[in-house]
Amino acid sequence: MISLAGRDILHSWSKFVLTGVGLGLLIGVTLTMTGVYRGMVDDARMLLANSRADLWVVQQDTQGPYAESSSLRDDTVRSILGLPGVAQAANVTYFTMQVRSGARDVRAMVVGFEPGQPGAPGFLVAGRHVTRSHYEAVADVATGFSLGERIRIRRHDYTVVGLTRRMVSSGGDPMVFIPLKDAQEAQFLKDNDAILNERERTAANPVFNRPGVPGLLEAVQASQASSRSVNAVLVQVQPGLSAEAVAEPIRRWKHLEAYTREQMEEILVAKLIATSARQIAMFLVILAVVSAAIVAFIIYTMTLGKIREIAVLKLIGTRNRTIAGMILQQALGLGLIGFVVGKISATFWAPLFPKYVLLETGDAVRGLVAVMLICALASTLAIRAALQVDPAAAIGG
Amino acid sequence: MKPNATFKRSLGLGLLAVLLLAVLTFVMLRSGPLAATRVTVQPAQRASLAPALFGIGTVQARRAYFIGPTAAARVLRVMVDVGDTVQAGQLLAEMDPVDLDERLAALDAALARAGSTAAAAEAQRQDALARKELAQMNARRDADLASRNFISAGALEARLQEQTSAEAAVAAAAANLAATRQDRDRLAAERDGLRRQRDNLRLLAPAAGVVTQRDAEPGSTVVAGQAVVQLVDPASLWVNVRFDQGRSAGLAAGLRAEIALRSNPAQPLPGRVARVEAVSDSVTEERLAQVAFDRLPAGVSMGELAEVTVSLPATAESLVVSNASLQRRAGQVGVWLADGEGLRFAPVRVGLAGLDGRVQVLDGLQPGDPVVEYSEKELGPDSRVSVVSSLPGRRP
Repeated sequence: MISLAGRDILHSWSKFVLTGVGLGLLIGVTLTMTGVYRGMVDDARMLLANSRADLWVVQQDTQGPYAESSSLRDDTVRSILGLPGVAQAANVTYFTMQVRSGARDVRAMVVGFEPGQPGAPGFLVAGRHVTRSHYEAVADVATGFSLGERIRIRRHDYTVVGLTRRMVSSGGDPMVFIPLKDAQEAQFLKDNDAILNERERTAANPVFNRPGVPGLLEAVQASQASSRSVNAVLVQVQPGLSAEAVAEPIRRWKHLEAYTREQMEEILVAKLIATSARQIAMFLVILAVVSAAIVAFIIYTMTLGKIREIAVLKLIGTRNRTIAGMILQQALGLGLIGFVVGKISATFWAPLFPKYVLLETGDAVRGLVAVMLICALASTLAIRAALQVDPAAAIGG
Repeated sequence: MKPNATFKRSLGLGLLAVLLLAVLTFVMLRSGPLAATRVTVQPAQRASLAPALFGIGTVQARRAYFIGPTAAARVLRVMVDVGDTVQAGQLLAEMDPVDLDERLAALDAALARAGSTAAAAEAQRQDALARKELAQMNARRDADLASRNFISAGALEARLQEQTSAEAAVAAAAANLAATRQDRDRLAAERDGLRRQRDNLRLLAPAAGVVTQRDAEPGSTVVAGQAVVQLVDPASLWVNVRFDQGRSAGLAAGLRAEIALRSNPAQPLPGRVARVEAVSDSVTEERLAQVAFDRLPAGVSMGELAEVTVSLPATAESLVVSNASLQRRAGQVGVWLADGEGLRFAPVRVGLAGLDGRVQVLDGLQPGDPVVEYSEKELGPDSRVSVVSSLPGRRP
C-alpha cells in the first residue's frame, strides 16, 4: 500500500516545503505575540520575585510603590522591625528616569537599596556587589552598561561594579541599583536652578527672614534641602507565619498600607499592565483567527490545484476515504512543518526584541494542538470540494 | 517518475525533517524552562584581604571665626573684603560709637578738673602745715614763759588750743587732698573703661586667616553675636567625613586615608584620620570622622565634596570568596557549591569585606570548594546548572 499523500508531496515537494515554511513564519509571529504577552506578565512577576519581599509597606491609601507613588519617612522601618513576625525589613526607593552614560541615555528604573536586605539584587552575571556606601551601581545587562562604566544619575557619577539579569520594572525597563542614601538624594534633589530659586523665594519671605533673628533663614534653607523619604518598606516575615497576619497590625496600628505578594501581583497584573496586556491579547486573537483562515485557504487552494489528479483518481475507482485521507494527511503535515518552523523562528528572534519575550512550553503545546485542529478543520473544506469533483472532469478539462 | 528520483526526493525530505527536529530539540533545550542555568564557578582560595572603609564628606575648616559686636550696634565701616588675608590683631570692621567719643572727652575734662582740685587741696594742706608749725612754736614759747610765771595759765591754754586746732586743720587738709586724688583715680578708671568700650567696637582679627564672608555692610544694624565678617584659618582645612555605621568597623584615628576631591577625582590626595567623633549621627546612621590632608593642596575650596577611602591593616591569609557568591536563603548567608552531583547550599560565616568585593569566610568552606560566583537566574536546590567560563554580559 503506497501512501498517496507521500507520493503527492514528493511530486511537488518544493511547493509543499515552501508553503510549510511560509505558514511556519506566520505561526512564529503568533507564538511571539503570545510570548510578548507572557513576557509582560513575567516582567511584573520578576519585579516581585526579585525584591524577595513577603510584604510591601507603603503610604496609607496608596497602591504603591509600583502602581502609584508612595512616600514614607525613612525611620518607619524601625517601628516595623519591632513588630512581631517581621524577620527583615528594609527601605527601598524606586524611580524611573533616563540614566546617562556619555552621550547616550537609557531609560531605567533606579532602585535605592540597602545591601543584604530585601530589595537588593540577588544574583549577578558579572562583577561584584556594591561595597562602598556611595556612588557605586549594579545594572541590569539590558541597560547595555558594562563593568567599570561611569554613569550619571542626576548630579552624581556612579561606577558600574556589577551586572545582573532579568531585573526589570513592571514596564520592562531595566533596573539600576544604587545605595539608598544616594537614591534618596537623587529622587528628591532638585536641580541647581530650582534650589537657587527656592532659596531666593525663602529669603524674600519675611516670615523666614526676620531682622534680629540671625541664622533663621539658613536654618530654614537647610531643612528644605534634606530628604528623609523612601517609597516603600520591604518586609520578610518569619518562616511559618502568614504574611497577612503580619500585615494586619501594620494596617491597623501603624496607619500604613501593607500588601502581600498575592495582592501586589493582583495590583501589577490586573491593574498596572491590564490595558497594554489586553491590547496585546486582542491583537493575538485577531492574529490567531487570521492565521487559521490563511491555513484553511492554503490547504483549499492546494487541493483545488490538483483537482484534475483527484478526478483521475476517482475515475480509476479510488475510494473517497483514501482521497480524504490524503488531503487530511497533507494538511496535518503542513501544520507540523509550520509549527516546527514557527517555534524555531520564534525562539531565534525572541531575544532580539527590546523587551522580554517569554516562550512557554505550555503555550507551545497549546499552539501545536491549535495548529493541528485548525489544519484538520481546514482540510474538511478541501475534502468537501475534492469529493464533489466529477470524475469526468479528468477527461473533460 | 523514476524510482531512483523518488528515492532521492524522499531521502532529501527525510533529511530535512530530521534536521528540523534536531534544531527544534536544540532550541527547546537551550531556552525556556527545560534549559539548564548557566553558572560560573570560582574555587574558594586563601588570600589576604586589605579592608578599607569608604565615606563621603566636605572640606571644612577646623578653626573658623565669626566676628561680630558684643552688643547691638550699627556698622560704621568694614575694612576687609572676602578673600583678603588678614593678620592677628588687624582691624576688620568698626561699629558706630554713637556718643562714646563725646563721653570720653567729657571724662578727660573732668579728669583735668580733678587734677586742679587736687592741686588746690595740696596748697591748702601746705597752708595748714605752716599754721601748725607757727602754733607749735608759740605754744612751746608760752609754755616756757608760763613755767617761769611770766604769763597766766589761761594764756598758755589758749596757745595750746591754737596748736591742737592747727594740727586738726592739717589732718583735714590731708584728708581733703586724698579725697580729690581718689576722685581723680575714679575718673581715670571710668575713662579707661569707656575707652575699652570704645575699643570693643573695633572688630579685630583674633588670628591670622582669610576672610570668607562679609555679612554686613556699613549702616546696617547687627544684634549681639551676629557676624559682620567671617574668617577661617586656611592651614586648618580638613575633611569632615561620614561613614555608614554598618561599614565603619575599625575606624580609628591615625589610619591612612586617600582623599579624592570632586574637582580632581583622578588624583587622590594622601591624608590621615585626625579624629573620630565619639557621638555618631543616630538619624542618618553614620559615624563622623575628620581626615586631615598630609599636605594641603592649593586652591581647595571649603564645602567641596570629597570621597575618602580609609585603609585598614591587611588581614592574615584566610579563605576568601567574591561577594557575588554570597546568597541569603531563609535567613542564612551561604554560597552555592556546584560539585559533581549538582547544587548544594553551604551556610558560611563571613568576616571582613574588602572594597574590591572579596569577603573573608571564617568557616563553612574548604579551600578549593567549587563556589558558584555568577548565575543567569536565581538558583534553587533543584536547579539544573551548566558550568561555563563566563556569562554573556550584554543581552538578556
